[in-house]
Amino acid sequence: MTGPPPLIEIRNLTRTYNIGRTALHALKNVSLTIEHGEYVAVVGTSGSGKSTLLNILGLLDRPTEGTYNIRKQDAGDLTDRQRTTLRNREIGFVFQEFNLLARATARRQAELPLFYAGVSRKESRRRALNALAQVGLADRADHRPEELSGGQRQRVAIARALVNSPSLLLADEPTGAIDTQTGEEVMALFEQRHLEGLTLLIVTHDREIAARARRIITLRDGAVISDERRPAPAAAP
Amino acid sequence: MRLLKYFPLAVENIAVRKLRSFLTMLGVIIGVASVLTTLGIGRGASADIMQDIASEGLTLLIVESGTNSDQTWTSGQPLTMADVAALSDPSLHPDIVQAVPLYRQYIHLGTGNTSRFIEVVGTTPAYAAIHNLELTQGRFLTEQEIAQRTKSVVIGADVAQWQFAGADAVGKSLRITNEPYTVVGVLRKRGWDRFGNMDIRAVIPLAVAQDRLRSTSPAHRHRGEYTVSEIHVNAVSIERLDAAARQVEQTLRLRRVLTEDEPNDFNIDNQAWLLETANSVAATLTAFLAGIGAISLLVGGIGIMNIMLVSVTERTSEIGLRKAVGAHNRDILLQFLVEALMLTLVGGLIGIAISYGLAEIVKSFSSPDFPLVVLIEPGSLAAALSVSAVCGLLFGLYPAIRATRLDPIEALRHE
Repeated sequence: MTGPPPLIEIRNLTRTYNIGRTALHALKNVSLTIEHGEYVAVVGTSGSGKSTLLNILGLLDRPTEGTYNIRKQDAGDLTDRQRTTLRNREIGFVFQEFNLLARATARRQAELPLFYAGVSRKESRRRALNALAQVGLADRADHRPEELSGGQRQRVAIARALVNSPSLLLADEPTGAIDTQTGEEVMALFEQRHLEGLTLLIVTHDREIAARARRIITLRDGAVISDERRPAPAAAP
Repeated sequence: MRLLKYFPLAVENIAVRKLRSFLTMLGVIIGVASVLTTLGIGRGASADIMQDIASEGLTLLIVESGTNSDQTWTSGQPLTMADVAALSDPSLHPDIVQAVPLYRQYIHLGTGNTSRFIEVVGTTPAYAAIHNLELTQGRFLTEQEIAQRTKSVVIGADVAQWQFAGADAVGKSLRITNEPYTVVGVLRKRGWDRFGNMDIRAVIPLAVAQDRLRSTSPAHRHRGEYTVSEIHVNAVSIERLDAAARQVEQTLRLRRVLTEDEPNDFNIDNQAWLLETANSVAATLTAFLAGIGAISLLVGGIGIMNIMLVSVTERTSEIGLRKAVGAHNRDILLQFLVEALMLTLVGGLIGIAISYGLAEIVKSFSSPDFPLVVLIEPGSLAAALSVSAVCGLLFGLYPAIRATRLDPIEALRHE
């Protein structure tokens, strides 16, 4: 085997929640490999284990059984501190409900990961404004969430996710709370970054959104039932 | 320092929740203001008492003939002018400023039904100084009057009232044991002290008293010397009071030729007990007020904890997000702790400002009869600030720990 190691490699991953006496298997024996620069959509009905997978890949949750290697590092061996640092440096999150700070300006939102990365205030400001410019919100840097539309809010969240130049972007229903037209714009933003080399993993139940990806992984009852790769769109406009 | 970066964050978080922040601070504001004001009133009152006591002559030793032990009075050889002269020798008594003789006698003033019993004190001008006597009219006795045995008298406020009904007394004549004395001064009303009621007193030159107010006890003369009732010895300082007492004792024992196994036949008294009593009253008062203050700070602190806990719950999703994008538990802990610390410190500062305002208001109710002094000491300020900081850390700690324990997945889902 040649080539760079995969970005993500999970083997026989199981996640079990204990609810009272019954055990709920959110993920059952899932194995996946995601290479650098892939564009993956994870689809499935609610309760299929999509979010659990995303949380584990995002180092927010730990598997009950199985291994998870990210950049050849076994995530199970990492301390909480190391996992947090890795999350900060390598992973960007975009959520359905944007999860912006209620009363902070767009610039402050985008600066947040840099604050915890220990970047100086001046440099944080520069990079946050840069990230906002990339999502087309250069003129909204001093606006607070209540002054922004849904699509603008999600773009702030994307600026925040990308400000630290992560290698993996995890998006949980990124278009779920915004209208179709705005959703298109958001997806276009993601795809532009994908073309620049960002690895994208988007969890969605929207077939149309999923159809844009190069690889679609379908989950049902905690297990992968299909994993189809598709060629690049014939003609990108 | 890495800690510093949490301060601007805390300022922002406090600023965007102005009402909430103010309510949080209110407990500390009220606590600190009430502690400082009550403590200040306590300190002011005790300083006032101390000043009163100081004007009573804390550095005074009162030397009397005879001893008073186990409530039995044992008479001794009378004190004489020779004793006064001996005690006035500074080379033998380095801790004594001066020794002032007193010759006192109680007499009737006036005749028949209107007669009043007053105390006539024969002494020297130094008496006014060591007792901090103030005059409302005229002046005190002069050295010249003492030397020339002038029949001049300085009278107490009540005596002046009785005899002259408040009119100008200076220059008027007052009859004491049927002899006319010229009033040269009237003392300020002062009331009772260790030495009796100053207001029903008449002070005349020592030699005049010794000559004109003869009594049988003490004997008029002893070994050819005029006797005195008391010698008031002024020590150089409160700290040297005991040393001064030892010097007086040594001299008097020598002059009385007392052998080593003979007890003193004189008594040296001081007013240190007054100071002790005042100190213990002040300490009790301060402890009491500090206790009230501590309770109000505790209540304020619990208020802070309460609101910080609400704030943690309210900001659950914020905490989840911060953790997701890279906040370590330490970051979350410090964020909430620094916020609590800032709230309490700002609250403390506002409390200090308010306490100064309250002090001015309290002072405005002050009157000569009921003096209200508010003394806010720098030590109290430092204590108030550090106590409120400790309050912030202590009561902010639990909510902060709660915040770090939040599961980011749960917290992110929380809306």
